[in-house]
Amino acid sequence: MSDQSKQGISNDPAQIAALVRVLIALLVTGLGVVLAYVILSLPSVAVGLSQVVNVHLQQSGVTNPVTAVLLNFRGYDTLLEMVVLLLALMGVWALGGAAHFHDDAPGPVLNTLARLLVPVLIMVAAYLLWVGAHAPGGAFQAGSVLGAAGVLLLLAGWRPPIALMALPLRFVLVIGPAAFVAIALGTLVSKGQLLAYPVNNAGLLILVLEAAATVSIGVTLAALFVGGQPQDEQHK
Amino acid sequence: MSLAFTYALIGVGLFTMGLYALIVHAHLLRKILALNIMGSGVFMILVALAKRSGDVPDPVPHAMVITGIVVAVSATALALTLMLKLNATSGRATLVDDRQD
Repeated sequence: MSDQSKQGISNDPAQIAALVRVLIALLVTGLGVVLAYVILSLPSVAVGLSQVVNVHLQQSGVTNPVTAVLLNFRGYDTLLEMVVLLLALMGVWALGGAAHFHDDAPGPVLNTLARLLVPVLIMVAAYLLWVGAHAPGGAFQAGSVLGAAGVLLLLAGWRPPIALMALPLRFVLVIGPAAFVAIALGTLVSKGQLLAYPVNNAGLLILVLEAAATVSIGVTLAALFVGGQPQDEQHK
Repeated sequence: MSLAFTYALIGVGLFTMGLYALIVHAHLLRKILALNIMGSGVFMILVALAKRSGDVPDPVPHAMVITGIVVAVSATALALTLMLKLNATSGRATLVDDRQD
């Protein structure tokens, strides 16, 4: 009897799938318990690198520690991260997909919302960029808001002029990484180290870098949303 | 247990739930969503544990998370485009096990 029922279980695919799911759930729960144990065994007070950052904050040119880490102490990471964004967009374009614009007319609500919100979003982006020097904010937040403005415009049926789609678009996409590389090479020549800003001009350099990065991040995110090379669609 | 550990444990929960969904679901859109939830869990753990340094959180994990969010968004966009291409060429949004064909 028991032999027969075992046979029955192993022959029914739905039951096997259910058993496998239960097994996976048990394994994953076990992993979760182990991870929770590891986290709870960490010391409850850990200074980390906050002291080191605080000590050097005055040389960084900004007073917000997160911005100081992002653009100054670990500027190299941010440089490579801009390149990752660009690579993702190149990957999307290399897949050869045409931009799939939906040409449905937007409803009156979306249309009005886009008209009202986009100027506000652009202003919020500029504010976030400026405030990043001394309070939470900065290039990534501002770039995301700018990208959201672009997505909203695209959803509301706005299409960038075709004249801007070839060279001007590419110029805007690379201006962030290009500014980073230019300043990195400049400091390499003048101070012998990548992205070692001169202490007196660090604040200005960071603002220039962040402004370029904001524009690039925003336009890259909007271009990723389009999901294909905009030119393809026009040629079709 | 301090608030930092509470949030870190919620992050572990998000990570494990995402991992389960990543393994169980065959549809690629669900897998991409699961990966995003796993990533959110990791970000939450990093941000929560940064609070252990006292009143002012450790800025280094926060900077890592900001960078990570943007990378996750761009990787998700690339993954979605790959999925759309797969769907356009094969009519499916799942990966097929070759051994069964």
